[in-house]
Amino acid sequence: MQPLTLWRVLARCGILAVILFVVVVVALKFGAVQVSLWGLGRDLISVILHRTSAISTDYGMIVIDIRLPRILLAIFVGAALSVAGTSFQALLRNPLADPYVLGVSSGAALGAVLALIVEPHIALPPAVTALLTPLGAFLGAAATIASVYVLGRREGLLDTNTLLLAGIITASFLSAIIIFLMTTLVSRDLHGMQFWLMGDLSIALQRNLRWILGVTFAIAAAAIYTTAGDLNLLLSGEKEAMHLGVDVPRVRLVVYIAASVLTGLAVSVSGAIGYIGLLVPHVMRWIFGSDHRILIPTAAFGGAIALVIADTLARTVVAPAEIPVGAMTALAGAPLFIYLLRKRLA
Amino acid sequence: MTAATRNSAAQNALDATRASSEFRLSVEQVSYAYSPNPAQAPLFTLEASSFQARPAEIVAVLGPNASGKSTLLKLIAGAIDPMSGRVLLNGVATNSLSPRDRAQRIAMVQQESPLPFPFRAWEFVLQGRHAYGRSLRFENDQDIAIARNALAQVGAEHLTDRYMDQISGGEKQRVILARALTQQPQLLLLDEPTLHLDIGAQVSLLETLRRLAAANRYTVVVVTHELNLAAEYSDQVVLLQKGRSLRVGPPAAVYQRELLEQVFQTSLSVELGSSGRPRVSVLPGSQSS
Repeated sequence: MQPLTLWRVLARCGILAVILFVVVVVALKFGAVQVSLWGLGRDLISVILHRTSAISTDYGMIVIDIRLPRILLAIFVGAALSVAGTSFQALLRNPLADPYVLGVSSGAALGAVLALIVEPHIALPPAVTALLTPLGAFLGAAATIASVYVLGRREGLLDTNTLLLAGIITASFLSAIIIFLMTTLVSRDLHGMQFWLMGDLSIALQRNLRWILGVTFAIAAAAIYTTAGDLNLLLSGEKEAMHLGVDVPRVRLVVYIAASVLTGLAVSVSGAIGYIGLLVPHVMRWIFGSDHRILIPTAAFGGAIALVIADTLARTVVAPAEIPVGAMTALAGAPLFIYLLRKRLA
Repeated sequence: MTAATRNSAAQNALDATRASSEFRLSVEQVSYAYSPNPAQAPLFTLEASSFQARPAEIVAVLGPNASGKSTLLKLIAGAIDPMSGRVLLNGVATNSLSPRDRAQRIAMVQQESPLPFPFRAWEFVLQGRHAYGRSLRFENDQDIAIARNALAQVGAEHLTDRYMDQISGGEKQRVILARALTQQPQLLLLDEPTLHLDIGAQVSLLETLRRLAAANRYTVVVVTHELNLAAEYSDQVVLLQKGRSLRVGPPAAVYQRELLEQVFQTSLSVELGSSGRPRVSVLPGSQSS
């Protein structure tokens, strides 16, 4: 018996933070301009400490200004998708659940595309207009998970296979609507179809949007973390959790909304990137155990690390060309999905 | 508040304590109706049922399939609201309690679906302490001592570090019981705890239950299909048929041949066993009409 302690959670997160830092330094190095790892590490610490004047080289400055924002975006999107995936797997008691497989990412993408179509036709202050896409993505995500949840029930109980099928069908249906909208209605370039369907981290984020998204991400992730103990009990089933003192309707609502916010945020800035929310929670569960008090924070770090690595590969393996990061995660994720499916059926 | 009302309030509190020292659980004329939509006639009704139980008493709820056993158990647990009547635990209606308060007083042991992710037995047992802290709390030494004690009480210490999906049905049932004990309940409810267990594991589970009810002063209500085990281990039996409570009383009073034959629609013989409790045997080949 080795009960979990706060200290152990913090220690594991500390280790993962160091790994993330190293991965970021290596990711910064890859690219057209050659810079030394050592110099990059020093520069990165300077940036973290807000001492930009201390950055050692001009090249370093270029790397920090151009490559770092993209890596930060990958960290944020990876963490959001991974935490959302962990939540869906617990809430639906389904190891194959994840925002992409369940169609939630497609719903968010459709919501974002609709927001972009509507945007020029309504007069709003610029600050509000910038938030229209993430808001549309959130609403799309929330509506999709609600409908998949209803479609996935059989005789009042969640059925693993029905749920997955409902999700996969919903995803392909919503993707078709996105393709339809983009080919018929849209005259402007709205990042392109590939962005929304496959995911892409190459589009720079507006500076004012960064803070809003960062804070919203922190609030949603914290809201999910406060239910970590409840999620552990929910794995035994909703009735069982209720008898153990879990306020099931409240927890379900909090986690659904927060996970939809996380998916919506991620999709509104990077499109529908698959498999991070599926793959990372399983790896973290395998390393750290199934207790959500340690699983949720480690999954956040794990998702960030995985997506930074995937994006670095996406922009370097066929350099100077680039493949969408979603293609990269699918290359690694799809075989794992098959493996998990086979293991479940065995 | 006047002195007189204060006195009467104090008197009421005193009466409540006196009542609870006699009966802890009081099921008063509870009824329930399942219907898919309010306009239609209910698919299933549980007519008014009543019984009382003291601390350390075991009540067995018996009856054929679809007789309302599990519904009665859910009503007692406060998981569903009765259509009429009430269930009082120490004078408080169980359906009025918050999930957390309820979990500190009432524990439920039921057939659990397999966990989607691996958990060790000790992690599972510690989950019973959830109602005593915030969701994000980390267990303290007291919780750990309670969990160890619970595992010892059900004879499952050797399972502490095993994974829940790698132990037998009987072992799993013990660990689930241990988790219920860490809730430190006054009322322990069990829904067919012996289902899928071999006869040795069934007897051993009920022996444990008997011992725990006496040692920890639990009031126990157990839904079961095992007529002989119920006769052997319970103080009171509630016999249900098609949503009606036919008889309530000690096993010897309820186990009447004609009554049981009529309820279970089969020929039976009822004898007095060596323990002084009734024994039921089936008479094969003679289907009663």
